[in-house]
Amino acid sequence: MSGRRLMAVARKEVIQLRRDPRSLVLAFLLPLLLVLIFAYATTLDVRDVRLGVLDRDRTAESRLLVDAFEESGYFSVRRHLERYGDVDRLLVEGKVSAVLVIPRDFAVDLAAGRAAPVQLLLDGSDANTATIALGYADAITAGFAADAGRAGALRPPVEADARVWYNETLESRNMIVPGLIAVLMSIIAAMLTSLTIAREWERGTMEQLVATPVHRLEVVFGKLLPYIGIGLVDVALASLVSMLLFDVPLRGSVPFLLGTTLLFLLGAQGLGIFLSAALRSQVLATQAAIMVTYLPALLLSGFIFAIANMPSVLRLLSYVVPARYYIEIARGVFLKGVGPDALAGATIGLALYSLLGIGLAVRAFRKEIA
Amino acid sequence: MNAAVSVRGLSKRFGAFVAVDRVSFEIGEGEVFGFLGPNGAGKTTTIKMLTGLLDPTSGEARIAGLDVVGDRWALKSRIGYMSQLFSLYGDLTVAENIDLFAGLYGVRGRRREERRAWILEMAGLAGQAGRLTAELPLGFKQRLALGCAVIHGPPVLFLDEPTSGVDPIARRSFWDLIYELSGHGTTVIVSTHYMEEAEYCHRLALMNRGCLIALDRPAVLRASMSEPLLELRTEDPARAVEAVRSLPGVTEASMYGRRLHVLVKDEERARPALAEALRAAGLEIRSIRRIEPALEDVFVARVRAAGG
Repeated sequence: MSGRRLMAVARKEVIQLRRDPRSLVLAFLLPLLLVLIFAYATTLDVRDVRLGVLDRDRTAESRLLVDAFEESGYFSVRRHLERYGDVDRLLVEGKVSAVLVIPRDFAVDLAAGRAAPVQLLLDGSDANTATIALGYADAITAGFAADAGRAGALRPPVEADARVWYNETLESRNMIVPGLIAVLMSIIAAMLTSLTIAREWERGTMEQLVATPVHRLEVVFGKLLPYIGIGLVDVALASLVSMLLFDVPLRGSVPFLLGTTLLFLLGAQGLGIFLSAALRSQVLATQAAIMVTYLPALLLSGFIFAIANMPSVLRLLSYVVPARYYIEIARGVFLKGVGPDALAGATIGLALYSLLGIGLAVRAFRKEIA
Repeated sequence: MNAAVSVRGLSKRFGAFVAVDRVSFEIGEGEVFGFLGPNGAGKTTTIKMLTGLLDPTSGEARIAGLDVVGDRWALKSRIGYMSQLFSLYGDLTVAENIDLFAGLYGVRGRRREERRAWILEMAGLAGQAGRLTAELPLGFKQRLALGCAVIHGPPVLFLDEPTSGVDPIARRSFWDLIYELSGHGTTVIVSTHYMEEAEYCHRLALMNRGCLIALDRPAVLRASMSEPLLELRTEDPARAVEAVRSLPGVTEASMYGRRLHVLVKDEERARPALAEALRAAGLEIRSIRRIEPALEDVFVARVRAAGG
């Protein structure tokens, strides 16, 4: 292997990239755009749940409870109902997602120190929102009960004083954005390199290249080098945007994140080169790259759906999805500030991926180049 | 004459299809050697085996003393190869293309400067090093591609249909370059399906369906046709071919554009017989004359003789 030949290939690749506006957009603009769109669109937080209120007590106390819901910021009161019969209609029509029913004698029971149950009816067709809203409602009523000596009334028999660590405010954005960077790089990385070899076959330049004394390792690494650079810049940009725009904390070691990113890029981009060399068509190779990297990264990596909740077959399958390990590392480094010791398994997973990607890429040239 | 290329029993099979069938020949140093044949005759496959791009199924070949299979690695720096399609990078400038191939062939320092200047000069691109290659006229692209293929000064150069799509004047000037290289001792192996281009070669190998059907100097190949060749002009050459093909004394009849080439055993006897047969078919002979066989006639005759 000759460094000069490798650099000759890499230099050529950089010149071509510089002259191709489409590649530049794909390489630098698309990732940023996607981070912004995804980060704004895929927030799983629940705010301003539309609440209907059926207040049968109509006392100062019952109004205080309704105010507590309103002031929490999680609910916004849209309707005041007169009859119980309206509840069903409003929920079905989607005018409200939850209805708070306060029974008669609410104030009386409170004053007497008896339990004063209230009813919350939730639209379960969006189970995720319903579960989260229910959690908020529990917290609000508990807070209401604890206030101003009403403690005896609504207090549950055992009180869990829960504290959430690593993502204290339970911002889903904090969980999503680091994972998002991993998912994005899954698409971009393999897609960029999936074009390179196929383009050369389509244009006939590969014929000339393979006739020179260039070694396949020099072609593969010469082509990879500029794209690895682009990938690292993309990750750095996406991380900066996440930190500055979305206040995602970066608590762990940057060199460790960089090193694991490099492993991930080697794997994904090697895979892209393999597909490109094997399929010899830019269209086919790009589609294959998206199928192989993006879909598993989106669905089986734990990005949105928790791996622990998957059926066992899918759970097993997720072990061969490299994005799974990269997401684990990204979340670990960004949110928990943990390093190699806690993420050894995931790091090994990525190291194997990089070997596989490079191995396949080099093998794909076996027929043409020594 | 030392053999720059020696080939013995070279074959390539793709499944049941025999692309090249037990081909043997030798090429001397500085010789311009041509492969002539229609598409699918096995020219490109042969060149790919000789350049180490394709493994032979059987047989052996040595280029500049190196085995095409065993010494493939060393071979690539000792040969130049220019493929059928224009295969430089269109989005690189002239100088960037030259520098890329200099880098790949390990041409460095002062030698690289010299070679770059030489290539620009011979391709007629002096002062245009900064132009994008895609913007050049095809003739210039081809000469630049040739320059890049010989940037390392290889003793053996392979050109696979180098002048496809190039106009005749550009083709002629491309051949001037080939002769110049050959004059400096470079062995040049060219494949072509242009008869006119084949005439430029020192020696010519006629290929058809993977077989080598004749190998000699173009003049000798033409002279080898001992039977007289007549050229006829009539109004409907397609019908005329049918009318004369099976006449006794006619070895071969084929259409060349709007004319008929008829190979006969005896000219004096054939002339009236041809006129008779055409009149019977309702056709009139506008002119009839004896001509010197062109390579194309030789090729057609050899293909027939070989049973193809």
